[in-house]
Amino acid sequence: MAQTAAAGHADHGHDHHEDHEGLKVLGFWIFLVTDCILFGTLFATYMVLRTHYDGGPTGAELFEMPGVIAETFILLTSSFTSGLATLAMHQGKVKSLINWLIVTAVLGAAFIGLEVNEFINLAHEGATISRSAFLSAFFTLVGTHGLHVSIGLGWMVGLMFQLKRRGITAVTKRKVTTVSLYWHFLDVIWIFLLTVVYLMGVM
Amino acid sequence: MGKTKWLSRLKVLLTAAMTMVLLSGCSDKFIVLDPKGPVAETQQKLIIISVILCAIVVIPVLALLAFIVYRYRDTPDNKSPYKPDWHDSKLLETIWWGIPIIIIGILGAYTVRDTYALAKPKVAADTKPLVIQVTSLDWKWLFTYPDQKIATVNYVQIPAGVPVHFQMTSDAPMNSFWVPQLGGQAYTMPGMAMQLWLQADQPGEYYGTGANFSGKEFAHMRFQVEAKPQAEFNEWAKGIASGPNAALTKEGYQELAKPGSVEKPVFYSSYPPELFDEIVDKNGGSYMEHGGNPHKAGEPEAGKSEGTTGGGSNHDMSHMNMGK
Amino acid sequence: MLDKIKDFASTFFVTGDPLIYGADVSIALTMIAILFVLTYYKKWGWLWKEWLTTVDHKKIGIMYLISSLLMLFRGGVDALLMRAQLALPNVEFLNAEHYNAVFTTHGTIMILFMAMPMMFALFNMVVPLQLGARDVAYPFLNALSFWLFFMGAMLFNLSFVIGGSPDAGWLSYPPLSEMSSSPGVGQNFYIWGIQISGIGSLATGINFMVTILKMRAPGMKMMKMPLFSWSVLSSCVMIIFAFPILTVTLALLFLDRFLGAHFFTLDGGGNPMMYVNLIWMWGHPEVYIVVIPAFGIFSEIVSVFSKKKVFGYKSMVFSMMLISVLSFFTWVHHFFTMGAGADVNAFFAISTMAIGIPTGVKVFNWLFTMFRGRIQMKQPMLWTLAFIPCFVVGGATGVMLAVAPADYQYHNSYFLIAHFHQVLIGGVVFGYLAGIYYWWPKLFGFKLDERLGKWAFWLWNIGFYLCFMPQYALGFMGMTRRVYTYGWDMGWAPYNIVSTVGAFMMGIGFIFQVWQISYSIKKGDRDLTGDTWGGRTLEWSIPSPPPVYNFAVVPEVKEQDAWWDMKEKGLDKIRPDHYEPIHMPKNSSIPFIMSVFWFVAGFGFVFGWMWMAVPGMIGVFGCLIARSFSYDTDYYIPAEEVRETELALRGNV
Repeated sequence: MAQTAAAGHADHGHDHHEDHEGLKVLGFWIFLVTDCILFGTLFATYMVLRTHYDGGPTGAELFEMPGVIAETFILLTSSFTSGLATLAMHQGKVKSLINWLIVTAVLGAAFIGLEVNEFINLAHEGATISRSAFLSAFFTLVGTHGLHVSIGLGWMVGLMFQLKRRGITAVTKRKVTTVSLYWHFLDVIWIFLLTVVYLMGVM
Repeated sequence: MGKTKWLSRLKVLLTAAMTMVLLSGCSDKFIVLDPKGPVAETQQKLIIISVILCAIVVIPVLALLAFIVYRYRDTPDNKSPYKPDWHDSKLLETIWWGIPIIIIGILGAYTVRDTYALAKPKVAADTKPLVIQVTSLDWKWLFTYPDQKIATVNYVQIPAGVPVHFQMTSDAPMNSFWVPQLGGQAYTMPGMAMQLWLQADQPGEYYGTGANFSGKEFAHMRFQVEAKPQAEFNEWAKGIASGPNAALTKEGYQELAKPGSVEKPVFYSSYPPELFDEIVDKNGGSYMEHGGNPHKAGEPEAGKSEGTTGGGSNHDMSHMNMGK
Repeated sequence: MLDKIKDFASTFFVTGDPLIYGADVSIALTMIAILFVLTYYKKWGWLWKEWLTTVDHKKIGIMYLISSLLMLFRGGVDALLMRAQLALPNVEFLNAEHYNAVFTTHGTIMILFMAMPMMFALFNMVVPLQLGARDVAYPFLNALSFWLFFMGAMLFNLSFVIGGSPDAGWLSYPPLSEMSSSPGVGQNFYIWGIQISGIGSLATGINFMVTILKMRAPGMKMMKMPLFSWSVLSSCVMIIFAFPILTVTLALLFLDRFLGAHFFTLDGGGNPMMYVNLIWMWGHPEVYIVVIPAFGIFSEIVSVFSKKKVFGYKSMVFSMMLISVLSFFTWVHHFFTMGAGADVNAFFAISTMAIGIPTGVKVFNWLFTMFRGRIQMKQPMLWTLAFIPCFVVGGATGVMLAVAPADYQYHNSYFLIAHFHQVLIGGVVFGYLAGIYYWWPKLFGFKLDERLGKWAFWLWNIGFYLCFMPQYALGFMGMTRRVYTYGWDMGWAPYNIVSTVGAFMMGIGFIFQVWQISYSIKKGDRDLTGDTWGGRTLEWSIPSPPPVYNFAVVPEVKEQDAWWDMKEKGLDKIRPDHYEPIHMPKNSSIPFIMSVFWFVAGFGFVFGWMWMAVPGMIGVFGCLIARSFSYDTDYYIPAEEVRETELALRGNV
């Protein structure tokens, strides 16, 4: 960063970037902390309201576990493939990196598709966000996760174009690192979601 | 610079004046400091203890400030020592970490003692508490007397010398029920039956008010509290029940609950007995483990609040609505 | 057709009150005047290039400062309106609805749109300079944070003329703030105004945390860092943990209002008390977020104007960090009276009182920094000296409020109002004013006039005590907050009239400050050395105002008061023999444009107009993509240019 400017002349440009990208990864970690708290708050509201059915349907009546388990496997696999993408990046293989990102994005899209499908089915059964406090909390918590995954998808697609055009540079490397961090983070959130919302809901 | 010295002196003076005001409390305008019942008395004592404990720190600090600013001012002829690099003293730092810890420790002990003391209803063995249900509406207070089977609006009469058990809820945005001379306030919350135990030692008229903002006409949510000897109270209740007053019906209640303020007290000869429970349940009372049914929650069980509130609830406090 | 338009206009625009029409006219005239001046002097390009697209932390700081002073004016006018209404019993100056809107916007604006941006102004103006850095960690994000705050604040203020102001209190407790009790758009303005600026605040928290952790000059270990920077770090830690809770809470309230969800509603199984818990889990840390940087400012000023090293540096650092941790364990003291039970109340009473311990330690440390020093009564020091007694008394009443059983008598009364104004004005406002007076010459190159400043100072201080001391008494007399009128029966009148007089004195004090600034722009003492006050930290080692790159050569730090140390060792006169090219971020229009899209989206959501909200959100995402695809984001200032700039600024190289 700026401090090193005075230090070396020949390679200062390089230094800046290395350092700058490192800074951004640190910032992203802190962002993930804030996102953790955001989800923590949503989990807390869900825990408070999870039995407030207001005479409406309960979790046990609504949740279709096969679909949820499929979603879980798809998302876990996508986390694994995003790891493979990072691996390819470290080996300097742009093509394989992009390919693994495509696989990850496709899996992510499948996850979102399944989730949207689940939500539509619920709405058709009359279980909408305005039916009861339980459903408000359910849709908000699961929907926020879904929204995060969708944003991650868009980000990944944009990144593929950048990789194609610029190859693996310090900047694109950092971007792949942060997006895969994000992806793993969402995976962890999903595990909690699966446990707290679905498994505890049907038990 | 003279002005700053001035400033500090001014502050000391103001603080002293404030303390005087606090401690005097004799003026009948300062109703919080003029308690007429055991709860308000405990609270008043605690207020005075906390003022004294704070003053033990505040006054010396202000004096020290005035002294330091005067003595070490930057004038050419100032002969007091100047040590620009003196910045550390284990002893001094220990002292001023210690002082607040001790003060807070003492005050904390008093606080905990009275927090638990007031959580238990102050009921003498030989008296049976009077139950009054309080419902805050937009923008008026409804009082229902389950034993006397009468209802009033913006007026509540209680027997003097008898503990009164207020069960409180709201059928509107939350409010707070406050009769300063009898004791501190507690919120009226939709879907919960909050508990508050108050007692007036002497007959008299006391000022009561809603304390938590609840919308447009909130400023008009005052009510009168009148304490009468037990016999007179009984007379009064009988008079209301058998007098010319109308009965409060369910429809009448719907009408009363509509937004608007009430100028003069209203009296009802009777009311639907299940009204209060219905209000609580309607607003989500069924989800409150303890607050849902006021009769379950209402009995002296309030004293057992330790059991229900000891951080035992796993998510947040919203389920822990046990009265104090 | 015409009728339809009329109908729409009468609900869309706020109508009916002559006060509002008057304000409308003055707003319109001001806007026209600004547009005219910009066009007449051909300043549009300058505005765009130098300000709207800048990523320079110093300019961003100045923009924060100007916005926050404007908001101080608006919040202050709100306060004076309230005091005018309450001056005597049964005044019919404001009606109930208008009064309720005024106290709601007063509170919201003062905390979120005055205190927060003024704090960020000081972060931006000072922290990189103190650390010996050339900018913050993420200059682009910094600009974005500012514009998000600005657009959020503007959206909130728009409610004044369009749609109607929120009127459910500054924390908008449901069910009062739900559709059932507040069907108008005022609450939506509240939600979106805060939400948009809140995202900016969160980003600033991350930005300055990384800046402090990673961008310090070589040799500046954490325990050699200036105390103001420590206080910023402490504040940022709290921002990072508290603001996501606010984001969620407001979002849930909006879902209730917009989609008919049941988080906090009366029906459908909602739980209003959950909102109260959530909002205070943010709200309590929030007041420490704004006050801790003031502690940092006082620590700097006390040391400089006593010409002495700060006393007990380690205790200062430790106590600040302790406060930021403790601040997350006290939120329930805002509703002891909601029947949480004895165990919970006892815990939160003790944890609240415990905050008094580190705070008390800081006061002693400030006192003993002055002890055996040489105290100079310059403006920053005056405000610091006024702060100490004010905050000590305010802190003491805070400890009194923490005594849970006694709080049953103070809660929601004017005692509480007096307490929090005493710590917020005495702590935050006095602190930030001290900081502004202290660092003003660094940013602008001239001092603020002493004589006018003293007038302002005494008006503020005397006004303050006249305004708030009677309010403690009113609390004991049973006067509750947020009543728009009262009768003669309770004996409240004499205290209220004194309080109103005090409030207006503070208002006059503010006018003196505006006068002081405009006077000093022309006639204030120019600062030629860069070291106006005989400073101790690195910001005073560079010219005032600093060049765009701050430090031509990044300094090497050896001691805690780095610049003082250099001066003592005679290193301050040494000039480097050669310069290096300096790497700087480029300006960007994306933060401004993206924030405009947020504004559009927010406005659409407020009125439930999806045709407006959806394009707004698409614009926001478009800007994100545009940023992701832009790689040409920085440049180098050639060494020769650096040399010439330094020569021009310092007169010797």
